[in-house]
Amino acid sequence: MKLFLKIWRQSNGDSQGSFQNYEIEDITPDMSFLEMMDVLNEKLIIEEIDPIAFDHDCREGICGSCSMFINGRAHGPDTGITTCQLHMRKFKDGDSIVIEPFRANSFPVIKDLVVDRTSFDRIQHSGGYISINTSGNTQDANTIPIRKEDADNAFDAATCIGCGACVATCKNASAMLFVSAKVSQFSYLPQGQVEAKERVLNMVKQMDEEGFGNCTNTGACEVECPKGISITNIARMNNEYLKAKL
Amino acid sequence: MQMKLMSSSIGRKVLMALSGLFLVVFLTQHFFINITSVFSESLYNTLSHFMGSNPIVQFLLQPILILGVVFHFVMGFYLEILNSKSRRKNYSKYSGSENASWISRNMIFSGGVILLFLVLHFIDFWIPEMNYKYVEVLPQDPNRYFEELVHKFESPLRTVIYSISFIFLALHLLHGFSSSFKTVGVNSKYYNLIQKFTFLFSLLIPIGFIFIAIFHNLTS
Repeated sequence: MKLFLKIWRQSNGDSQGSFQNYEIEDITPDMSFLEMMDVLNEKLIIEEIDPIAFDHDCREGICGSCSMFINGRAHGPDTGITTCQLHMRKFKDGDSIVIEPFRANSFPVIKDLVVDRTSFDRIQHSGGYISINTSGNTQDANTIPIRKEDADNAFDAATCIGCGACVATCKNASAMLFVSAKVSQFSYLPQGQVEAKERVLNMVKQMDEEGFGNCTNTGACEVECPKGISITNIARMNNEYLKAKL
Repeated sequence: MQMKLMSSSIGRKVLMALSGLFLVVFLTQHFFINITSVFSESLYNTLSHFMGSNPIVQFLLQPILILGVVFHFVMGFYLEILNSKSRRKNYSKYSGSENASWISRNMIFSGGVILLFLVLHFIDFWIPEMNYKYVEVLPQDPNRYFEELVHKFESPLRTVIYSISFIFLALHLLHGFSSSFKTVGVNSKYYNLIQKFTFLFSLLIPIGFIFIAIFHNLTS
């Protein structure tokens, strides 16, 4: 297929940036979106044009690196996938595709389509862990009885890969789905209870300091989340936060 | 406690949700008083006279209500400004309708229409009422309320404006009412029940208000 690409180019975080138009041919429906970007970059390198910078790593939907906003949607026109899992069969010959970086003040552009998502790391550092003794006498986790439902919910929350699609797609650039998943994955389990209060207070405080917006429960985040993290985690975190705060 | 909550994003949203739920309670009692005007002039007059003359309602509940209304609107606009600042550079293409309803993405718009309606509503009923009782200090007439109501809805234009405003109220409630419960942390097995109740409430109450307006317009 032949495609018309409109891609955001920005040489660094301080520059203005603008859209550049590219035409690309011989794209097959079986290619992944990132493979299509590879083909384009090879063409640009041959033409001695700076290739387009974009994040990628595992290319199998696990690492959460790929972060493009494609035709108005985080990770493109499909649900439950990352950009590397998006295939060109979702597009037609002659289509125009607009590709932008994830946009949020808390995700500043580094170059082209690459954004800095270390704000998520700082939120994690502020409380997304449990302090347990790992010196060799750690209690076997299987000896602690946990309800199946709680174990399942904790696991579901823990599948968050921190890709940032929730922030990118939210009209308020809110990080509530990410933070609530990281809080819930511990709070469903007895191991997470010891630091539960400090965890939710510190993580929400860090989230606010990073400049993310407020959640207005539009539900866009759970639709675009490649791991299908439920928005009920947000209500659960609100509950925990209020108990801890008051 | 309020200052403690105002300092965080979740806290501000909780205060917004609580003020919204408070206004829903007021809306419900307002509806049940107004609907009596359809089938009993005397009952409507009695209830309106009670609300208009009871000192607890007038000097305690009314100021609390006004504070609630002002807080809800000011906080709504404040949060909207904060949210818009969290993404300085907007997308050139943003397909919001692919993953969220128009209603949930445009609460500020439906809220703005309701604010304009409230200005009209205050000019129509509240300001004349305050003038009657506290400025001109006219003698109490327990039977004037029904006539005043019917007189206002003789105008087809006013009836249309009120009806359109109630449609926006329904849109606002359809998202805001159930969303408030999420914001205050309701995450129980009863949430589906709450969602169904809020859906019915959000449709029936505004439809009821539209019915009252059209009924008085047609029968006046």
